[in-house]
Formats: sequence, structure tokens, C-alpha cells
Amino acid sequence: MNLDLLQAAAAKNAWGAILPELLLGLLALFLLILEILLPKKRHGAIPAIAILGQIAILVGTLVNLRSGYLGTETFGGLLQHDMHGQFMRVFFLLTSILVSILGVPSLAKQQVPRVEFFHIVIVVTGAMMLLVQSHHFVMLFVALETVTIGFYILVSYFRSNPLSLEAGLKYLVMGALSSSLLLFGIVFLYGVVGNPELSLPGAASTAMDFTSIRQFLEAHPDNFLAKVGIVLVLAGIAFKIGAVPFQIWIPDVYQGAPTPVTALLAVGSKAAGFAVLLALTGVFAPYRTLVVPVLSVMAGATILFGNLAALTQYNVKRLIGLSGVSHAGYLLVGVVAAYHDPMAVGAVYFYLLVYLIASFAVFGVMTYVCGENDADQELEHYADLAKANPFLAVVLAIGLGSLAGIPPLAGFIGKLLVFVAAFHAGLYVLLGIAIVGVVISIYYYFGWIKAAVFPFWSGRRTAEGVSQACPRLQVGLLFKLVLGGLTIATVILGVYQGGLIPWLAAR
Amino acid sequence: MMLDHMLLLAIGVPLAVAALIFSGMPKRHSVKLAYLGFGLPALIALYAWVSFPGNLGDRYAFLASYDTGLSALGIKLTLGLNGISLPMFVLAGVVGLAAGLYAIQSGAERLKIYLALLLVMHSGLMGMFASVDVFFLYFFHELALIPTFIMVGIWGGRDRNYAAMKMTIYLTLGAMLSLIGLIAVYVQSDAGGFSLIELRQTIQTAPFSATVQKYGFGLLMFGFGILVSLWPFHTWAPLGYGAAPSSAAMLHAGVLKKFGLYGLIQVALPLLPLGAMHWSGWLTVLALGNILVVGFVTMAQRDLKQVISYGSVMHMGYAFLGVACVSTIGAGGAILMMLAHGLSVALSFLLATSIHHRTQTFDLNEMGGLAQKAPVLAAYFVAATMATIGLPGMANFWGELTIFVAVWKFSPWAAVGAVSGVLITAIFALRATAKVFFGPQSDALAKSSTFVPIVDLRWSERVPALILLAMLLLVGFWPKSLSTHLNGTLEAIYPAVESQLAAVAQK
Repeated sequence: MNLDLLQAAAAKNAWGAILPELLLGLLALFLLILEILLPKKRHGAIPAIAILGQIAILVGTLVNLRSGYLGTETFGGLLQHDMHGQFMRVFFLLTSILVSILGVPSLAKQQVPRVEFFHIVIVVTGAMMLLVQSHHFVMLFVALETVTIGFYILVSYFRSNPLSLEAGLKYLVMGALSSSLLLFGIVFLYGVVGNPELSLPGAASTAMDFTSIRQFLEAHPDNFLAKVGIVLVLAGIAFKIGAVPFQIWIPDVYQGAPTPVTALLAVGSKAAGFAVLLALTGVFAPYRTLVVPVLSVMAGATILFGNLAALTQYNVKRLIGLSGVSHAGYLLVGVVAAYHDPMAVGAVYFYLLVYLIASFAVFGVMTYVCGENDADQELEHYADLAKANPFLAVVLAIGLGSLAGIPPLAGFIGKLLVFVAAFHAGLYVLLGIAIVGVVISIYYYFGWIKAAVFPFWSGRRTAEGVSQACPRLQVGLLFKLVLGGLTIATVILGVYQGGLIPWLAAR
Repeated sequence: MMLDHMLLLAIGVPLAVAALIFSGMPKRHSVKLAYLGFGLPALIALYAWVSFPGNLGDRYAFLASYDTGLSALGIKLTLGLNGISLPMFVLAGVVGLAAGLYAIQSGAERLKIYLALLLVMHSGLMGMFASVDVFFLYFFHELALIPTFIMVGIWGGRDRNYAAMKMTIYLTLGAMLSLIGLIAVYVQSDAGGFSLIELRQTIQTAPFSATVQKYGFGLLMFGFGILVSLWPFHTWAPLGYGAAPSSAAMLHAGVLKKFGLYGLIQVALPLLPLGAMHWSGWLTVLALGNILVVGFVTMAQRDLKQVISYGSVMHMGYAFLGVACVSTIGAGGAILMMLAHGLSVALSFLLATSIHHRTQTFDLNEMGGLAQKAPVLAAYFVAATMATIGLPGMANFWGELTIFVAVWKFSPWAAVGAVSGVLITAIFALRATAKVFFGPQSDALAKSSTFVPIVDLRWSERVPALILLAMLLLVGFWPKSLSTHLNGTLEAIYPAVESQLAAVAQK
């Protein structure tokens, strides 16, 4: 064993570069310790500590946004730090804070352990943050598996609910399949890049590094095995973002998973997938002629499938899941455009941000409207929400409006940026499909708003239907502030974006 | 200086008032503030009219620009008025004031929210016509459109849910098509900006290619056409207006619907003249469909509100014909026609609701003899009928006359069709007037008037009606006050159109 090699590798370890992730890991462990140390009746403080801890890490990350590690590779090329990575760190921290906040009222309705939920969410978040900064397929796979394994547990967290267990099993099977596809693809790429006969001199030792893969792909623009590898890697990621044909797990898993976990899947997992796709645009760029058609077909099919399937849903969790599929389609249009025009990268990030804000507004309302059976959230339960709780109705309407892409809400600007990018890239067919999708989506988003806001809409509401309506909790002040903040952010980002868009587009 | 930002004030003040009302202002203050929100834009519009500088050419008056964060895309909130937008801006101000006053006295349920939504709509309308930037033109249109759906859904009459849904889907489709058309113009121009000033400058040196013009104008024509209820995409309009509360119908039919035509005249024709020539035959046929087919449908209606709704769809055909001529005089006639029609249709909807309050029905067969009980109401309604038919002395006369002149030059057979529309209008408008006000009193009316005695038009209803009527007469007797400015701008912008057409003809 050559110790010098290990020492050289250790010298490249810059622990400061992953301080936020390290702190998240410590926070997660600290929560478990607290559970043992604190007396049972004090356990109520643990969620608060989890949330405050994450907020502190978020603030630290924001303060240190322009860290000294920007533009460098650390850990021997496993990680690469840039501004987009910083943005995604902030993004995932926001996601996990909001998921934790949603978790408080949602867990309160269930007889399940409280602490582990926050622990796993934090671990998953840290892994997602590493995932988007990875510059090496080993790092990428390890981070992705950490995320996925966390989700296996989270999806079936409400273990007394058969639907939650079923969802967990489905996610496990489909997740294992997609991981193996991804791994298979990575191995193909490793195989050709590391092949001493084909590869560039001296590249074999880092045959999984993004830079060397790109160099190899540039040097061999027509390698069959590389093509197979690329398609398999894309397939593995398509599972994460829920793109057709890897979307079949979405409705069942979204319905069965606890609402906060559904939110984490819908926003966090999807955003992670897209950040990786965007990072890979640089790597796969030499195989543009292969990747662009594959992604384009995926994007078109995803938009149409998501919207058409969502039309027929009455369960709001399935509905938001399938509408999320269509959002993945719009985002994929942006990714395809990014192969032609780097400006599209900023558009995708902006879209993700507004999608986060609007989604959590909607998920927040869902957590409150739903009853003890977390999987049973029908459109009927929203009848006359405007009367029972006008605040939640407004939050819901604005959140859904933004998801539908209606001006002056932020979702519209997101769609506009993606459409402009697609135009610059000349993706006219995809644009046409996207328009059809947007018009279809109006039907179900508007139907949901209608159910909540317009009086006496539900024709099917019988006496029995009323008795099914869920009891509505009083919304706490803090929760109100969070939801109000998300709503106001949706409106403001729709009207005034300040320097955000140029900042996101800059490399 | 306040005056430098007066256009921004005309948009911002109603919006700010709406925000204040939404945030929980007591009802008494809300109504007082609403007067300010509806009144100030009207005052600013009148001031802009009075102080509008002559000899502007293709420049804009009251120009002001604000950066909202999209400047990376070349989008800035640029406000200004030219001769084309001035009449529409005045229309928006005046109809907005009338609709607002009528809403305040209407005593609708949840009046505060109703007023706030109307104010948002009003703000969007003012912004729509004051925008020089094409992006904000679209943006403000949508801002005005969203409250319409909500108002139809909550305060609407019969079939409101179906009507709101149908309107939403149709209008979203139209809006998306026009958005794509506008993005196409923006991307293809290489002007690097969405501002009409930049776009016009760019095409002077580098006009769009014939293909771009053809597809661009096609997208805009059908997109805008759906928004203006171009036959056969008009079916949302009678349904929507039939269900809409009166003030919303006044603002939508009177002002908001004009957006599509305004967009064609201000944006599409000057930028895409070859495309306009390509499509003008189609547009003529569809416009004649509006006039003749919808005209006959109107004659068959037995419901007062449906007569007005279908009549308004039919009259849009004239404006489309004016656009189809692709000439200065046709476009000018269309603008005058839109101004006049906006005022007269708003007046008709207002009076129809007042009639409904007295008779409790819109069914023409159940009315009759109302003139004896309510002579003032009858007088106003007869005046509105005269305006609808386009008798000299009313603003409508000038619009229709100019269009007929333009159409005659363009295609005599189309002119024959158009002029026969006047006959159709006379038949349905006079018959409706006769059925409501003259003849023997119907049994149903006699019965209901024994329970609630029928009173004449109250002053709170008279004032908004008077505002509209005064404006109709003012423009009817003194059209020059607007047409000079209109002509100035059109003659500065449209020669470029004609020279481009001539250049193609030479080839």
C-alpha cells in the first residue's frame, strides 16, 4: 500500500469547502443524541431545534456565498464548486427548512416517531447538496444513493397507513431499477474512457471524472458504447425527475408518501435531478446529436403525459404529482435549450426557484386541509375553503396560479424565460407542445381553485360528502407567516426580479 | 415630478388601493379609497388627452422607463402614449370609472373583494394601453384578465362555473398563442429588446423575412383573435358575459377585449406587414363571419343580455375588417370603432343590469312597457341603442364610416357584407328596445311590480351612465380631438408598412 498516494489525496481534502454539508450531518446526529438525552416531555423542542439549526446553516451559507472555493475542485476532483452549486445549496436548504416546517403539523396528526423524520430529511438534504456539486461519477452515485435510501424510509414513514407502505415498496423497486440503470451507464462510460487503447494518455486513473469523460467524448465523437452509457445515465436521472417513460411511480408514491415527503420529492429530488442534468450538459455536449433528440422526445412526451394524466385526477396529491411531471417536461425543454444556448441554464434555475416557492405554498395548504388519513385528500375536501379559511384559499389560489404560469405571478416569468430560451434554440415543436400543455393545465389547476374558492361548485357534494370533509385546524401564526411569505414572494418575483436573472445565468 | 410618472400612477394607484383593501381595510374606508382608485386613472387619462402634444410622429408622449429586473432580456417597464394608444387609454379610464361607480352602488355581496378585484383589473387595463414594451403589454393584459375569471366564478349569474371555466381555457389559449407570437417577433428581430420603439427602429433597416412574418402574424392573428372573440372562436364571449357581474362585463367587453385588436394594430401590422397581407383574405372572411353569422345569431336571441353579448361579438367584426385592409385609414377606423364600441357596450351592459333589477328577468318576451314606469331609463337605453346602431352624432358613426371607406377601397364585396351588418344591428337593437320599453306591459312585469314598485333610474346609476353617454357624444361631435393624434401616429408608422409592401410588389 502506497501511503504517499493516500497522503497526496488527503492533502487535496478541503473540509472547509463542504462546511454546510458537514454542519448538516452534525445537526442530524445532534438530533438523535437529543432524543436520548432529553426527557420525553421535552421532545417537542427537537423539531424547533432542527428548523433553527437549518436556518442558521442557511444564513451561514448565504453570508459565505462568495466563498474562496468557488471555481476550484476539491477532494481530488470529486467536487467542483461554482456559483450554481452555491445557489442549489441555498435551494436545498430552503427546501429542507420548509419540509421540516410542514412536518410539524403533519406529524402531529399521526402516531409516528417525530425525531427520525427530521434526521433523515437533513441527511437527504446534505446528500443532495453534495450531489449537485459532484464532479465525478463515484461522488454522484454515492450522493444519489444516499438521497434515494433516505427517501425509501421517508416515503413509507406513515407506517400504519397501507398506502404509505405500498408507496414505499414501489419507490424501492423503481428506485433500485433506476439506480442500476444509472450505475450500468456509469460503468459503460468508465469502461470506454478507462480503456487504455482508446483513452487519452494518463487519463485512466480518473476515468470517472467529468473533465476526462468530456475530453474523451470530444476525442471520440462516435463511440457506440459511450452512447449506450450516456443514454443509460440519462435514464437513471429521468427517474429522479419523473420524466416519461420513468414517471409511472409518481402518482402512487406521491399519494402514499406523507405530504411533507411528497413536497421533498416534488421539489428537492426533482431539482437535484435537474441540477445534475445541467451539470452534465457540459460533459455530454460532444454527443449533442444523440442527447438532444433523446431529451427532446422525453420533454414533449413528459409535458403531454403529465398534463393529460392530471386532468382526470380527483386526489390532489396525485394531481400535484402528475402536474409536477408536466413541470419536469417544461424544465427539460430548458435543459435541451441549454445545449444550444447557455442562457437557458439561468432560465431553468429560475424556474426551479419559483416552482419551489409556489409548490410549498400549495403543499402548506394541503398539510392543513388534510385529515388524519394523509393519502385521502380529494378535491371535494376543498369545497368552500374560501369561507372556512380565506387565508389558506388565497395562498392556494396564488400558489396554483403560479404553477399554472399565470401573470403576474412568478411562475409566468419562469415559463417566459424557458420559452424565450427555447425560441433562441429553435425548438419550435417543443414550444408548440408546451403551449398545448399550459392550456390543458389551466383546466385542472383552475378546477382546484374553483373547488376551493367558488361557492357551491361541487355538484357531487351530497350529505355524505359533507360528512367526509376534513376538520380544519387553526393555522398557527408562524405557519401563517411562512405561507404568507411564500405567497408574497410569488407575487413579487412575478413583478420585480431585480438582479436575480442575470446572476443565475452567470457562470 | 409627479407628472413625469403619471402613467405609472394611473397603473399603481388602483393596484395599491386593491392591495390595501385586500389587507383588511374596513369597508367604509375601502369604498372611499375605491373612489380614488377608480377616479385617478380617469383624471390622468383626461389630462393626457388634453395635454397630448401634436406632431409627435412615431414618438411617444409621457415616456418613462423603469427597470424591473428583466433588463437582461431587454425588457423594461416602458410607459408612454402615442396616437394609437391615447384613445384606448382614455377609453380604459372612462369605462373603468363608470364600471367602478356602478359597482360601488351595486351593493354586491362581499363588496370589498369585488371592488378590489375590479381595481386590479382596472390597473391592468391602464397598464396595457400605456405599455410601450410588448412584454408588459401582454403582462398587463393578463393582470386584467385573471380577476375577470374570479369575478365570473364568484359573483356570476346562471352557469357561472361552466362560463368561468370555458372563458379561462379559451382566453388562456388565445393568450398563449399571442405570447408565442410576440416572443417570436422578439427573438427573430435581434433588436435585443421587447420595446416597440426598438423593434420599429430595427425593422426599418432589417425587416423580418417573409416566412417569419407569415407565421408570426398567423400566430398573433389567431391568438389575438380568440381574445377578441373572432368568429368561430367567439363562443366563450356570450356565455361569459351572460354570467359575468355587470361591472366585470362592462370592463371586459368594453375595454379588455380590445386588447387583441389593439395588439394587431399597434404591434402586428407595423412589424409584420407582409404577414398581414398574407392573412388579410382569411381575416376578411372570418370578420364577415363575425358580422353576418353572429349577426343572424344575435337576431335570434330572446335574452337581453345575450343580445348585447352577441351584438358586441358581431361588432368586433367591423374592427377586424379595418385591420384586414392593412391600411392607415382602416387601422384608424378600427381604433375609433373600438373606442366607440367600448363606451356603448359598457353603457348597454350597465343599463341591462339596471333593467334586470326592475324586471327580475332578462327574457325579452316577459318584458314590455317599462318606459311608462321608468322614462329616464328608457331614454338612456334608446340613446345606447342609437350608439350601437351607429347613428351620426354618436362616436360609433365615425368608426364605422371610416372602416366602410377603407373596406370599400380594399374590397367592394366585403364592404357590401359589412354595410348589411348595419341593417342587422338596427333590427336586433331596435327590436330589443321595443320589447323592453314599449308596447303593453307584460303580465309577469305587472305581477312583479305589484310586489316591488318599479322606480326610475336612480342617480347612483345615472352618473356612470351619464359619463359613458357624454363621452360617446363628445367623440361623436368632436372626433377630431382624438383622430388628429391617431392620424399623426398612423401616418408616421404605416408608411413603413406600405413601402415594404411596395418593395415586395416590385420584386
